Amino acid sequence: MLSIVLAVMFYAATLVLLLGIAYRVSVYARTPAPLKIPTMPAPTTSGGVAMRLLREVTIFESLFKSNKWIWIFAILFHFGMLLVLLRHIRYFNEPVWVWVQLIQPFGTYAGFAMLIGLLGLWVRRVFVERIRYISGPSDHLMLALLSLIAGTGLIMKFVVHTDIVALKTFTLGLLRFDIQPLPADPVLVTHLLAVILLMLVFPVSKLLHAPGVFFSPSRNQVDNSREKRHVTAWANNNAGQE
Amino acid sequence: MAKVEFDTPEIREYPIIPMLKSDAMSHSSPFVAKPTHQEPLGFPGELVEDWQNKAIEKMGELLKKYRSLKVYMDICVKCGACTDKCHYFLGTSDPKNMPVARQDLFRKVYRRYFTFAGKYFPKLVGAEDLTEEVLEDWYKYFHQCSQCRRCSVFCPYGIDTAEVSMAAREIMDHVGKGQKYCNEIIGKVHKIGNNLGLPGPAMKATLEDLEEEMEEDYGVKIKMPIDKKGADVLLVTPSADFFAEPHIDGLMGYAKVFHEAGIDWTVSTYASEAANFGMFIGSYDQMKKVAMRIREAALELGVNRIIVGECGHAWRVAYSFWNTLIGPFDFLDPKYPAPQHICEFTLDQIEQGIIKLDKSKNDHRVVTFHDSCNVARATRMGDSPGGQFDIPRKVIQAACNNFVEMDPETTKEKTFCCGGGGGLLTDDLMELRVKGALPRMEALREVVDNHGVTNLAAICAICKAQFSKVLPYYDFPMDMITSVHQLVGDAIIITRGVENKETDEQSETVTEQ
Ligand code: SF4
Ligand code: SF4
Repeated sequence: MLSIVLAVMFYAATLVLLLGIAYRVSVYARTPAPLKIPTMPAPTTSGGVAMRLLREVTIFESLFKSNKWIWIFAILFHFGMLLVLLRHIRYFNEPVWVWVQLIQPFGTYAGFAMLIGLLGLWVRRVFVERIRYISGPSDHLMLALLSLIAGTGLIMKFVVHTDIVALKTFTLGLLRFDIQPLPADPVLVTHLLAVILLMLVFPVSKLLHAPGVFFSPSRNQVDNSREKRHVTAWANNNAGQE
Repeated sequence: MAKVEFDTPEIREYPIIPMLKSDAMSHSSPFVAKPTHQEPLGFPGELVEDWQNKAIEKMGELLKKYRSLKVYMDICVKCGACTDKCHYFLGTSDPKNMPVARQDLFRKVYRRYFTFAGKYFPKLVGAEDLTEEVLEDWYKYFHQCSQCRRCSVFCPYGIDTAEVSMAAREIMDHVGKGQKYCNEIIGKVHKIGNNLGLPGPAMKATLEDLEEEMEEDYGVKIKMPIDKKGADVLLVTPSADFFAEPHIDGLMGYAKVFHEAGIDWTVSTYASEAANFGMFIGSYDQMKKVAMRIREAALELGVNRIIVGECGHAWRVAYSFWNTLIGPFDFLDPKYPAPQHICEFTLDQIEQGIIKLDKSKNDHRVVTFHDSCNVARATRMGDSPGGQFDIPRKVIQAACNNFVEMDPETTKEKTFCCGGGGGLLTDDLMELRVKGALPRMEALREVVDNHGVTNLAAICAICKAQFSKVLPYYDFPMDMITSVHQLVGDAIIITRGVENKETDEQSETVTEQ
């Protein structure tokens, strides 16, 4: 019973996540950017813009300029999470790819980096007056949810081990639409429910910053307005003259 | 005008981030536009009856028209990185002047009406109805943003609060709550051709006076042609250059450079304004209409090039938007960038050795340079990124021996706004302007005390006007603020027409052909 409920929820959440993001991204992509507004100095070629975006999403270039504390916690959290996610590929893949096996040792400790990053951000959110002022309940809840996911994950890894073999049978079954029993471990179930919730809120929350940053005109536009006339539908239907 | 009493903030030795003082600036609100200011721009004269619905409708329209607005509304993670980056927050401590908090005034309404979370769980995500109090806050705090884009530099997603301020002002204009200062000025441009409402004959008289003044100084007629058909270059400059101090010295500087370079140039009475307040109020239509006069004048006069004078937001509109708004410029000479900044032009003349400067003429000055926000963060000069920083500096250094930089945390892309940009350069916002200038004044204080800086050079009409007003509040002399082209004009060696007037006239006929 538990496994069926969770499996159905997983399928639903996956659908919401994928369709939701696809929809949001399609709205961003279809909304015109009528004027050239890159934050200068900006790259003058599209290759340069690709590099600028790459730097934004890998080394968090702008954040580094503005605040070293937020930057360090953000890096810990995001890269911790990236490794943890990559490590989780092993639950959906048999035999496990070599590179996934190779990152396994880092992946387990990355969970701590992720949690430290989250807690660091949370402490700032509570104790730095300016950030407390701009935080709403949803901002705290988001950190709570992510910490819960990271915390339960770490507990299963380092404190009370869950039945990994049974879990993997379940997850591999999910891929084949063949639902296998899930170990009725409360920590595992909490972990999974929290992940499902995260997938559901992703497309309707600030988590959209992940795909959204690529659509930010101040970061993704090329500085070439004198050389190339920038034209968009509603703004230029009567190009040049009135 | 009711005079608000306020204290000039103290210059601190070690600028630290202030503690929040809620509502510290909630009394600051510019004069509301009257029907006579609103109607000529096609906006309702006063707050319309059904304003809530109209405003939400307009918001929906803008969200569909501007990707920036739509994306910025969704992707802020409230990380707080921008919270200490706004000069108005640093100068006033009012939490609503933190960039993200300013955006949130808009975002909470967006969330309430346009998002799933805000419709069903408003409390959770801080969504709010558009009430009268919210509209009041909008009017106050979206007129405490100079659209300087400093926050956008530091935001991990480049969220630009300027875009949000523009959208909010556009919505307010459409429901009948416009700002008097901006809308009155735009009306003057439509009617007379410039922000100051300076009619053609007055402009002519001014330019003639200036010609005489320069003739007395140099014994040579340095012309300031007006509406000259067939001139090579149309100079479009902020109208403040025609009458305000220190702007006017910059204008004479341009004239001297053109003279020495042997360029046949003109200004236009029809397009006698480079400034474009259409941008400040976020109106694409107004911005386009104001800019269109320049295209028309250029075609009418048959010029080959357009050069833009010293003005920050005007250069943004010219550099970043003209090609879109009033292009293509296929009728201009493709050898030159269209448009070209006066600093690009001057530096090129200096580097080619066409004009010569005697730096010692500026030896009584120690100069520092204030990067104007729109030039720094919204435009470029020259061929490579950052030219907007280097080119004006090279011009200054070619004209002066003594040049000092301010704290690098306050220059180039990190420059602080003068405090008067974005349509806030009005007496009814004096307190805001003085307080918003604090970070720049602190950086200036440091170089004045430690390096004996005497002059603050700038290339923006608004910066110049703002600084001449606020410098005295911080115990600096008001005439510290200097046009970059005044430095050039003071150092330039006038050779043309000096020994042999006839040769000069001949060479002029040649250029005219
Ligand atoms: S820096 Fe950007 S993402 Fe962070 S709070 Fe400010 S606007 Fe939001
Ligand atoms: S654009 Fe400038 S004035 Fe406006 S919020 Fe950002 S930093 Fe402040």
